[in-house]
Amino acid sequence: MVLSKNCASLLGRYFRNTLIPKTLSASYTSSQVHADVKLEWTQNLNFTGSSSLLIPSYRVLNQQGQIIKESEDPKLSDSVLEKMYKNMTLLNVIDKILYESQRQGRISFYMTNFGEEATHIGSAAALNEDDVVFGQYRETGVLLWRGFTLSELMDQCYGNCDDQGKGRQMPVHYGSKRLNFVTISSPLATQLPQAAGAAYALKGKNKIVICYFGEGAASEGDAHAAFNFAATLGCPVIFFCRNNGYAISTPSKEQYKGDGIAGRGPGYGINTLRVDGNDIFAVYNATKMAKEYAITENKPVLIEALTYRVGHHSTSDDSTKYRSVEEVQHWTATENPVNRLRLYLENKDLWNEDMEKQWHTESRKDILTAFDAAEKKSKPHWSELFNDVYQEIPDHIRKQMEEMQQHIEQYKDQYPIKAYSP
Amino acid sequence: MTVRDALNSALDEEMEKDDRVYILGEEVAQYDGAYKVTRGLWKKYGDKRVIDTPITEMGFAGIAVGSAMAGLRPVCEFMTFNFAMQAIDQVINSAAKTFYMSAGRVNVPIVFRGPNGAAAGVAAQHSQCFAAWYAHCPGLKVVSPYNSEDCKGLLKAAIRDPDPVVFLENELLYGVQYEMSDEALSKDFVLPIGKAHIARPGEHITLVAHSRAVEICLEAANELAGKGIEAEVINLRSIRPLDMDTINASIVKTNHLVTVEQGWPTCGVGAEILSRVMESETFYHLDQPAIRITGVDTPMPYTKSLEIAALPQPSDVIATVKKLLKAQ
Repeated sequence: MVLSKNCASLLGRYFRNTLIPKTLSASYTSSQVHADVKLEWTQNLNFTGSSSLLIPSYRVLNQQGQIIKESEDPKLSDSVLEKMYKNMTLLNVIDKILYESQRQGRISFYMTNFGEEATHIGSAAALNEDDVVFGQYRETGVLLWRGFTLSELMDQCYGNCDDQGKGRQMPVHYGSKRLNFVTISSPLATQLPQAAGAAYALKGKNKIVICYFGEGAASEGDAHAAFNFAATLGCPVIFFCRNNGYAISTPSKEQYKGDGIAGRGPGYGINTLRVDGNDIFAVYNATKMAKEYAITENKPVLIEALTYRVGHHSTSDDSTKYRSVEEVQHWTATENPVNRLRLYLENKDLWNEDMEKQWHTESRKDILTAFDAAEKKSKPHWSELFNDVYQEIPDHIRKQMEEMQQHIEQYKDQYPIKAYSP
Repeated sequence: MTVRDALNSALDEEMEKDDRVYILGEEVAQYDGAYKVTRGLWKKYGDKRVIDTPITEMGFAGIAVGSAMAGLRPVCEFMTFNFAMQAIDQVINSAAKTFYMSAGRVNVPIVFRGPNGAAAGVAAQHSQCFAAWYAHCPGLKVVSPYNSEDCKGLLKAAIRDPDPVVFLENELLYGVQYEMSDEALSKDFVLPIGKAHIARPGEHITLVAHSRAVEICLEAANELAGKGIEAEVINLRSIRPLDMDTINASIVKTNHLVTVEQGWPTCGVGAEILSRVMESETFYHLDQPAIRITGVDTPMPYTKSLEIAALPQPSDVIATVKKLLKAQ
């Protein structure tokens, strides 16, 4: 039945186009079958190769923290600049403390964000809070910018009674309905087609979706599906690629050939930008322009931010096995996105060594306070074990829950009930 | 020898024996594999035989299937079987069915291998058993080895097998040392796919398990022996084909059956075994209803205490056995 229906519509098109030429408008050309771009004919056979079109990388700040071209200065207010810098450095301290706490066995897993701070903060600052975020797993800075509190963050890593995820996810799998940040999901690249779908649903609602992913995730088939559907369905989504040089141990140059991830955009008919991901203003300007375009045109944008994963992939990885110390040092010293913004702020007299020391002490204190509190909090109530597998608890699960209730009531002195939230 | 080294030596020996055998997957070459199962093989056999791929499970599973159709013998490593869901169409619709759909003209000699089942502290999306999923599909052979001997003998058999084999390892067993017999150390050591192994003989009750659950049964059997109950522990080794002969023979002797697995109960491996017993003559040899002990019917909790509660423990096996045998 499906086949015959398709055949009918195909035949219909065939008849309209070929047998009744009189009904065609005069502007019709045969190239319109293949794309909405103008087709040109040639009599020369030449390959279009991987180097035929190289997309340049947009940069605003140089490594000394100076604006290269005045017209590109986003001219952000002093308070926004200070918030940017504070968020970046706060993220660094959080990472140091939680990474160490994993090494001490206090949490089971952690992923640091070192080196990629500008991609998080620069892009988050260019969006509104009601724009929806689909993250991969290394976008903690986006949450900080939106106001995810230190307690919310620590509670998630500890999976305690105040964790909005009810302790069901591994650490760093944050999510916040309040902040329009969709909960991180472990399987790679699934967020890409989901983001296109969410953007499709948000069309005309004056907001967009931003979807973060790595250059490794872009190799998954899901990435192709996402790009093609977003383009053909006209979805207001920013595909934001953090090309950080490594997918666990696989270096970018083994992940793909051709002009990176940005090089794929034009092939899908997606407007594309490539930026220096360690330049917070370049990321900010690109994301801002992408958002304006996506929302007015109802079309996707692809941004490739070139950055570097300074830390290991996760606490399950040891990157010294596959890259040199010199390489990491180069990116930490020369290309450091946090230092670059700091130099800019110091040039403008908005920051100095005393403020740095004071902020470091203050942020460390706040983080440790939230950390200690999270560690002491009780576990989620035991009955949460039965919730949320289905929206309405089915009878067989309800029965189990009631049995457990009676059992615990009867043997309450045998169980560490105090460890669980009342 | 650790399970990891046993797998490594099986790969090494089969690569040496047959130059059609090659390995592909994420980080299998230069990084020696995420769990170091392919350690040293890239150095020994080079880029042509140990291939790092981009992160595209569907893509490299497809490459593996195509190259198997064209006469190679790929060993396709999934970093874990959780990620193999991205490639499920290649495994089920292409690898498993091509021999049949091509009327026996194109076989697909391929091994899909990697860690399966519960790991530790990695929550619902990284910690689950896919044995029942793959065992459901005709055309596949499904192997779920327990110790080092199993891993070496069965992986070699899987590589030599003319059909696609899903080879389900266990992350938590990689680093565990098990004794290897002299025979198992030989390059000619191969275990037959589809044959179970009696890991411990006994006369009072039959415990059937695969992978890490075998260890749980052996621990339980040890403790039960102290109470005068001799449990027979069957290590399934293969989930498809399922060795019902060994299971049936054991039930005829013990008249009691308990299956133990870490996967979910619904449509699981235990459910299949119990059905087959019920449908056969062996049913009349049971003195009590057969029982499944399985992972809890829930996505794997992240919390350590709940994770333990969600998986079968030796104490669960002991309690069930005692109840069945009405022992104190």
